[in-house]
Amino acid sequence: MRWLTQIGEWFDHRLQLAAPIRDAAEHRVPRNASSWFYVFGSAALTVFMLQIVTGILLALIYVPSASEAWSSLQALNHDVALGWFIRAMHGWGSNFMVAIVLIHMVQVFLFGAYKFPRELTWIIGVFLLLMTLGMAFSGQVLRFDQDAYWGLGIGASIASRVPIAGPAIVKLMLGGPIIAGATLSRFFALHVFVIPGLLIGFVCLHVLMVLKLGINEWPMPGRLVKRATYEREYHELTQKEGEPFVPDAIWKDMFFAAFILIAVAACAIYFGPFGPSGQPDPTIIQTAPKPDYFFLWLYALLSLLPPSMETPALLIGPVVAIIGLLLLPFLSGEGEKSWKRRPIAVLTVLLIAITLGTFTHLAGFTPWSPHMSAWSGDPVPEKFLHGTTALQRQGALVFQVKQCRNCHSLGELGGQRGPALDSVAVRLTPDQLIRQVIQGGGNMPAYGKNLSPAETTALVAFLETLHPEGQSPAREAALREGGMQP
Amino acid sequence: MSDENLISRRGLFTKIGVLFNGLVAVAIAVPIVRFLLSSITRGRNNAYLSWVSLGRTSEFPEGETRLATFRNPYVMPTDGRTVDTACWVRRIEGDQFQVFAINCAHLGCPVRWFAQSGLFMCPCHGGAYYRDGSRASGPPERGLFEYPNKVENGLITIQAGELPTPGASAALIGKNSPCAG
Repeated sequence: MRWLTQIGEWFDHRLQLAAPIRDAAEHRVPRNASSWFYVFGSAALTVFMLQIVTGILLALIYVPSASEAWSSLQALNHDVALGWFIRAMHGWGSNFMVAIVLIHMVQVFLFGAYKFPRELTWIIGVFLLLMTLGMAFSGQVLRFDQDAYWGLGIGASIASRVPIAGPAIVKLMLGGPIIAGATLSRFFALHVFVIPGLLIGFVCLHVLMVLKLGINEWPMPGRLVKRATYEREYHELTQKEGEPFVPDAIWKDMFFAAFILIAVAACAIYFGPFGPSGQPDPTIIQTAPKPDYFFLWLYALLSLLPPSMETPALLIGPVVAIIGLLLLPFLSGEGEKSWKRRPIAVLTVLLIAITLGTFTHLAGFTPWSPHMSAWSGDPVPEKFLHGTTALQRQGALVFQVKQCRNCHSLGELGGQRGPALDSVAVRLTPDQLIRQVIQGGGNMPAYGKNLSPAETTALVAFLETLHPEGQSPAREAALREGGMQP
Repeated sequence: MSDENLISRRGLFTKIGVLFNGLVAVAIAVPIVRFLLSSITRGRNNAYLSWVSLGRTSEFPEGETRLATFRNPYVMPTDGRTVDTACWVRRIEGDQFQVFAINCAHLGCPVRWFAQSGLFMCPCHGGAYYRDGSRASGPPERGLFEYPNKVENGLITIQAGELPTPGASAALIGKNSPCAG
């Protein structure tokens, strides 16, 4: 073993890295900071390294050309030994990375770790989050399938709404007038060179600052951060009741990192790679594009915002959110760290989490979209046709053929864009039904030009039968016995 | 040589060196920026747009709306199938046509035509349009994008070449089309 030591000494005499590395590894951390809550940063770094390795492996086969990308992914999935596994690891790794970075951010926020003197660490962290999301979106583009193609269209449509510069931004983003070869090539350059290069640089800075400034101590309610005294107090804390990071504090990070890698691999094996879905052929229009899960909330938001609010919300919302995150350490750089005494912080996190969760959940079944095949795929349930007249049955046919079903459900089947019509006769009188069908309104198109008078009569005759047993349909108040005359 | 106002020979050369590098950087930056912006500058004066044929008018029966496809006029060798574009052709009567972009005016998803109810519906966020392309319901703030069209020698041709987007095409089509909605 002596020769090994000699080789080591030969290198270190020239590199002179052993001492600084030992100092960094053995720097003292507060004993109570060695907690299972403090493992997410190192886990994000671990997944990032996994992404680099699997990304390089994928680049051995992948071809960033609009005419070849899709088939090179098929080759990875089916022809190259374990190509599917590397794709699945990279895809699941990306999902895990977004999730872990978000959890890390929430933890840092709730533990007040962004306060003095760690403001810049937080700000760089915000940029790391944005770059992670940028990697997620550009990665989805590289999976050059139908979802990627139409996802780019959505991105271009959003970018085009920027006042004045919109059209130029779209051309810059697409690399030309349409989504085509140049678009994929530039997203490849972003995903493989530009953003990863920035990420590596920013991650190094981020970790360096954690080493220099020390990891945040466990927040004690009532122990306030003051600029004048904090650094001295922190130093005393690490000296008095601290422990060296290696080997005393690192083992939880190691366990969790290994656990995350196993989880990524397990998901990869069990669920397999993501897509690619259909070919990126814009003449195939029978498609309902959807983004990956981390952008589903946005997809839902875009259908629920009032139309006039959309452009301002899309263009101003992200800017306000990012500026808010960047300003946070300056607005509350001192004071209480513990979440137990920061109810507004806790409520903010809960509110955002519930909002994003609800939107993501809604995007899972898109109640705002017409069911494109309901009119031909979901027949009118039998119970609605029992004991009906010929005219009413004709109305049920009109109801199907005119695609009313795409937006209105009967017996839980059909679209959810408009209200379910199982008991519509209780809500609307025959006259109101006719007016609604002919004129539309309340987000329903007008069908006046597409229904003959006979079809309208039949349709309304059918709709009038839609009321629960024992509950009579709505009638004109004026015609009711004892009612007011108009 | 103890005068503080005097500049040493080395100090002067360092300053000239910084200046020289700055000039070289600017000189190199000019072609780099022009290269980066080439996708915009080429598009000036609608250079991407040209007239493309969708086929004989006889392929489109009067009173009906049919899907047509065309190859984008601006093509690069690696574009694959992405330059094949779909559009909806409505023949009102005679040589009167309306040609709609496939892209929803909300966020660009492909709209589908339902002849029975006379509506275009979008699968993404539920936008709907009437047969003449005007907005019927949902999140879009305007009607479908329309390509300028003309009939020549029995062929229906449209002026196309750019992805229609809510910001860009409003101006683009409004300027050129006689029937912009």
